Amino acid sequence: MSDLDIAVRIETQPMSEEPRSAGRSRYLSADFLFHKAAVFAAIVVAGALFATVIAITYDSWTSIQTFGVWRFLASSEWNPVTQTFGAFPFIVGTLVSSAISMILAVPISFGIAVFIAEVAPTWIKRPIAGAIELLAAIPSIVYGLWGLLVFAPAFAMVEPWINDHIGSIPGIGVLFQGPPMGIGMLTAGIVLAIMVLPYTSSIMRDVFLIVPSSLRESAYAMGATTWEVAWNVVLPYTRSAVIGGVFLGLGRALGETMAVTFVIGNSNTLSPSLLMPSATIPSVLANEFTEATTKLYLSSLIYLGLILIAVTLVVRFLAVLLIRRLGRREGAVA
Amino acid sequence: MKGVLARRRIVDVASKILMGLATAVGVFFLFWILWTTLRFGIAGMHWDLFTKDTPPPGTDGFGLRNAFVGSLSLLMVSVLIGVPIGLMGGTWLAEYGFHSRTANAVRFINDIMLSAPSIEIGLFAYAILVAPMGHFSAIAGSVALAVLMIPIIVRTTDEMLGLVGGDMREAAIALGAPNWIVITKVTWKAARAGILTGVLIGLARITGETAPLLFTALNNQFFSTNLFRPIANIPVVIFQFALSPYANWQQMAWAAAFITVLFVLVLSLVARWFLGKVQVPK
Repeated sequence: MSDLDIAVRIETQPMSEEPRSAGRSRYLSADFLFHKAAVFAAIVVAGALFATVIAITYDSWTSIQTFGVWRFLASSEWNPVTQTFGAFPFIVGTLVSSAISMILAVPISFGIAVFIAEVAPTWIKRPIAGAIELLAAIPSIVYGLWGLLVFAPAFAMVEPWINDHIGSIPGIGVLFQGPPMGIGMLTAGIVLAIMVLPYTSSIMRDVFLIVPSSLRESAYAMGATTWEVAWNVVLPYTRSAVIGGVFLGLGRALGETMAVTFVIGNSNTLSPSLLMPSATIPSVLANEFTEATTKLYLSSLIYLGLILIAVTLVVRFLAVLLIRRLGRREGAVA
Repeated sequence: MKGVLARRRIVDVASKILMGLATAVGVFFLFWILWTTLRFGIAGMHWDLFTKDTPPPGTDGFGLRNAFVGSLSLLMVSVLIGVPIGLMGGTWLAEYGFHSRTANAVRFINDIMLSAPSIEIGLFAYAILVAPMGHFSAIAGSVALAVLMIPIIVRTTDEMLGLVGGDMREAAIALGAPNWIVITKVTWKAARAGILTGVLIGLARITGETAPLLFTALNNQFFSTNLFRPIANIPVVIFQFALSPYANWQQMAWAAAFITVLFVLVLSLVARWFLGKVQVPK
């Protein structure tokens, strides 16, 4: 939208607002209604975010009053029989599974993005970019189904090896000891990583492609290798958007429900081992929501949802802000 | 000097190999998931899937008719709710809001909603519809799906209308057309391929959504088209059947997953084809 367009619009508007002839006023009321409908829709779009937070806070109020904030966050007791609820194991589960997924997905996404933007020959770029984007189109329930019935049994065969080799390292070994069940925290983290990949890598690729070619070419002209251009020129230039892309992926991972519910094993007790079953906030919501019989139980589950919203809102806010920062400088957002 | 050069060369080659490997990992998982869905899904294809309803637990039999009908009704109602709001919201941004402070704030909020975890939207629909009504209902599910769909449509509509050149608008204004005629008859028409792409992408996004439906439409073992009652739907059926011990239920879950993936992939391909038709003005 150029300034000229706006100028034309502003100049022509008063004319159409003058109710002179009958034929014109019929259009005028339609014009008025159309404008108001658009305004209304925009209010709905923007209001949805606030409505979500307000409605979910309202529904979790019973639990907030009963347990307060700190007690709910710090307690690891989740017992529907005694009606005591604490969020700690689920918060840990959510953070750890997302952390595993980011540790795996960020370097791989970076690799894919650089490969598509800098390394791959032109004829292979489009099919590969398309294939990675197809990963994002697959519904999360299908990831869950595949994770539970195909990936977990396959992973269970790798786990004894992990036990023997990584589990015996002093210090971090305790993280990798456990029964080879195939499901658990690590499996959830890996499946999440696959789901996050297309989001992070496509943001990175898009911003890598808007790096001015003069910058890139001058580095190549100085004799820099592809890796040096990617690491020392392209990455610093796009840093904020790359971090934004990582946050976008993190937001996905934190809130992902179905895939995690299938493969995490759904255990409410904390375990130091990543091979043991665990639970996340979304997974416990998906599992127990329809079973919640008392008002306090239901309200506590929704309270968990409120915590998740608070965390993901911050992450998503940062993601959008960081991605836009580069877009503003370049005048075109990816 | 020679050592430095050799080291730089080695780092470069090693990094290229690692990047190629990273890409291979991504593509490998895509094909693994698609291949298993295809293999198990084709094995579960049976005419009964489309003509019979879901069988009771522990009995033989095949059928997903109620779930297919339920899912299609949910999607249809979501489109009816989501498309008008998304389209008008995007139109407001591009045609009335421009780059004003308010419009940019709305765009920012919309971008945040774009990446909202679906489970949160499910809880929202539960809070505003299921809790007051006192029972799960299809309409609550459709509202949740519509809320997930709207930000996608808003964003594409806004961007696509922004691509329409000023000369067409000016020509229409010069002929004396009021704003809404200019928008509906000129800019929408010029941007229709792009807007349609947004609708299709939105539809693809909500097709397999499960989490919000667990809190809203839930499931129904029987055939129903009543929007104010729980309704059977494919995603929740996959969830319940996959975790069941019955072999025929698991097979149905794969068949349902296969059809869902096929539907989503076709939608994405059609969307991409439409996007190719969008003319970008110089």
